[in-house]
Amino acid sequence: MSNKINHSMSLAKPDALDITTKQKVSLATGIFGLFIFILALFNTNFPNKGTFLTLALLLISGGIIVYSREAYLSKLEGIKNDGQWFKSISSRGVWGWVLGLVLTGFYIVLYFYPKYLGLGQGINDANAGLVGLFDPLSQLLSGRDASQWFVYGTLYTIAILAFGYKFILKYKHNKYQQLRTFSVMFFQLGFAFLIPEFMYVMNNDLPYYDLKSVWPLNYYIFDEWSVNGFLSNGNIGLALILFGIASIFVITPILTYKFGKRWYCSWVCGCGGLAETAGDSFRHLSSKKMSAWKLERWLIHLVLVFSIVMTTAMVYTYLGYDKNDFWLTRGVFIAMVIGFLTLVFAGVMFFKRQELGKDAKYGAIGFFSIIAILLIMHFTGTTNHVFYIKGGALRSAYGIYIGSIFSGVIGTGFYPILGSRSWCRFGCPMAAILGFQQRLFSKFRITTNGGQCISCGNCSNSCEMGIDVRHYAQKGENIVRSSCVGCGICSAVCPRGVLKLENDTMKGRINPTEVLLGNDVDLMELVNQK
Amino acid sequence: MDHIVIIGNGISGVTTARHIRKLSDKKITIISAETDYFFSRTALMYIYMGHMKFEHTQPYENWFWEKNRIELKKGYVKTVETKSKSLHFADGDTLQYDKLVIATGSKPNKFGWPGQDLDGVMGMYHKQDLDKLEKYAPNKETCKRAVIVGGGLIGIELAEMLNSRSIPVTFLVRENSFWNGVLPSGESEMINRHIKNHHIDLRLSTNLKEIKANESGQVTSVIIEETGEELECNVVGLTAGVSPNIDFIKESEIETGRGVKVNRFLETNIKDVYAIGDCAEQHQPIGNRRPIEAVWYTGRMMGETLAQTICGNRVEYKPGHWFNSAKFMDIEYQTYGLVFGERSRPNYEKHFHWKHEDDTKCITIAYDKSNNKFLGINTFGIRMRHEVFDRWLTEKRDVDYVMNNLSEANFDPEFYKRFETDILFAYNQQLQIA
Repeated sequence: MSNKINHSMSLAKPDALDITTKQKVSLATGIFGLFIFILALFNTNFPNKGTFLTLALLLISGGIIVYSREAYLSKLEGIKNDGQWFKSISSRGVWGWVLGLVLTGFYIVLYFYPKYLGLGQGINDANAGLVGLFDPLSQLLSGRDASQWFVYGTLYTIAILAFGYKFILKYKHNKYQQLRTFSVMFFQLGFAFLIPEFMYVMNNDLPYYDLKSVWPLNYYIFDEWSVNGFLSNGNIGLALILFGIASIFVITPILTYKFGKRWYCSWVCGCGGLAETAGDSFRHLSSKKMSAWKLERWLIHLVLVFSIVMTTAMVYTYLGYDKNDFWLTRGVFIAMVIGFLTLVFAGVMFFKRQELGKDAKYGAIGFFSIIAILLIMHFTGTTNHVFYIKGGALRSAYGIYIGSIFSGVIGTGFYPILGSRSWCRFGCPMAAILGFQQRLFSKFRITTNGGQCISCGNCSNSCEMGIDVRHYAQKGENIVRSSCVGCGICSAVCPRGVLKLENDTMKGRINPTEVLLGNDVDLMELVNQK
Repeated sequence: MDHIVIIGNGISGVTTARHIRKLSDKKITIISAETDYFFSRTALMYIYMGHMKFEHTQPYENWFWEKNRIELKKGYVKTVETKSKSLHFADGDTLQYDKLVIATGSKPNKFGWPGQDLDGVMGMYHKQDLDKLEKYAPNKETCKRAVIVGGGLIGIELAEMLNSRSIPVTFLVRENSFWNGVLPSGESEMINRHIKNHHIDLRLSTNLKEIKANESGQVTSVIIEETGEELECNVVGLTAGVSPNIDFIKESEIETGRGVKVNRFLETNIKDVYAIGDCAEQHQPIGNRRPIEAVWYTGRMMGETLAQTICGNRVEYKPGHWFNSAKFMDIEYQTYGLVFGERSRPNYEKHFHWKHEDDTKCITIAYDKSNNKFLGINTFGIRMRHEVFDRWLTEKRDVDYVMNNLSEANFDPEFYKRFETDILFAYNQQLQIA
């Protein structure tokens, strides 16, 4: 067989497309910038940390920027996917695995062993190493020393900005892609990175709050320390926590109804932002198999259930029994949660029973198990214990397994292996909620252009969420899937202009057909009426 | 239980099989000598360009066939015996059928050029052609230049493929402008310029005289008919159209012309033998259509129709309004209804042509000059809605209506710049001059 399916083990792959000298130089520049970080990691004592940090960040972003300009500006506008399945790094070759291991290692150290990054390892608990190198920037922004999270946040933001620039050049003919990328760059730089720092400067008792990060993605917003932090800060704290609640119950459903979940997942979200920019070179690696889809549906909804139960339990443990202390007692709270879930469940069953088909059964089982779990918790829980374990233990299990390992180590560390959106696809509870809304109550769909599909597979191949887009397109059927984040790449790469993301009326959104447009009108009617 | 045997696992054969399965419980076997599983032929180019791997061009996962009880047989049918209803394979195997569907598609044309069967000469149609190209043109060091003969849809795709690996390409086109047997001149000339912008050595009004080889039979150069110029090259792509792939039934009693002759029910002269897709030839052309249509969509539509007939609901093949699409390097092309190039244009047909100043977008609208009836549109670089044009053609709208409602048909991604106002302005200007 030809077609490069078997990878050569050679690092200098003979078939890889050449990069230009200028690109090699820019690659070296970027690596040199990273090398400064490595030196810092091994506690090299830089005479002027601020200068070296600036230098490193400039070299890295500069390398990416020059590389991208050389890659895309010298060519005509169009789809630029040549050789993506040949390059070792983007086709699970040796370099792909190396990068995967490096990223995974970085996340493990970041989450579990920050001292190796130099956190609090200097004299009098000051920072040393890599975290120490970032102290000047942190001091500049918020007047405090850096933490490992500040280092991570800075690198994350740089990645989104620099690779976002690359992405904008790659799709220089596509306004939708450009605006969307500009949007994630803006939200990352402003909302996730700068605003929380400035908020700290204004009021250093407020908990870190990235306004665009909505529960359950932001799973710590209802933790006791966080809620106390907000509530002890007067009106601004109260306003923030009310905004957090409104985001879940009001803002999110309205926007998702109007635009689909893309308004969040591929325009605002930070995880999505990284996947769309730095992860773009790996989007085609997501599995399109039916088996992966099955796994996805179980996994993501289990995480959702876990996060609902965990959050409820967390809030539950710090509420009191007596309504004279505070109107929101444990009993009232549990009743509200159950009431809300029942309302959602009943509404869906009433309006959308037909569309759900046999999935309705799974939905019902899921719903009643949550209710049962919550009731058991209510009647067996004590002051610190829920389900006979410490409430805090449940919360920290969620934090470790879902918040850290799933979203960080696997979600991002495995970019070069599983594709860029494995967290969004298999794990993110926020994506599950938005997807549920998108599937059932949204004007968004990807419209298929009559009978024009040639089943080539470019759409499915480039879907980062692993949706087999072609499966629908070749039947002339619109794509209405809960997992679709609306990135629009399927539409961009389609060589025949078959796919269009749009918000239209709910009516006729889902349109299964037997015979495609273009055939005998009588025949189409005959078979479609069955 | 009827045994339906389909020769050919392309879009026509597979569509037939799928629809027969939806409608019935008949036994179905699909035969192919090319690949184990159905793949999208139109996507072969993307494998060579590294956009996809071969497995991604397969629209159905491998378990699909067993789950739907569609048997697959790999083998080359050598002869068809219609009296005993049996097929004889090259390896000596035989197979009985109750109903036979011939869906063997096309093969690249060769016009008897000296050297056309040398090593390094290939079409770009079958999976095997792709394997050959990978062998002879893996990179620009092994293949220092490639020459493509024949300026049609496959030729320009092959040029794009080779270009993706930085292999220099000389593109010989017999006509004086690219694909102008089909495209009106404004469009054809725009594509000429686009090809050249990709640094492809486009030679118009140029024919191949012969292909030369070294002593081991490997291509070394081609000679050009008009000038006698010798061009050194390592690969020659023959892309001067395709013709029905039906040599194996020439000896049988099934009537053939250029393709397998069929009536409007896609039946051949022999009972229980049908032919569909690229290899089928209508006795009488349907409307303004050609008797052989080697297009993905028509293959699929014939498959949809024939499945009805085989399952007891005998229906005529009545394709709706013509449509097609292609992509010329970076420029997408769609067409709805019929727009003729200069050579074959009926004298009642008049054109309105608009081109954007960036030279990558244009449209041509054809209408009947006697009554202003809208006949069809070619659109380049602007996506349009199939459904809307299909409806307008059915409603027999006039050209003014189409021009004034063009925005309804736009299918470009959100936030794209729109050109309806410019187009309408140009149209009204032209009316005033005329």
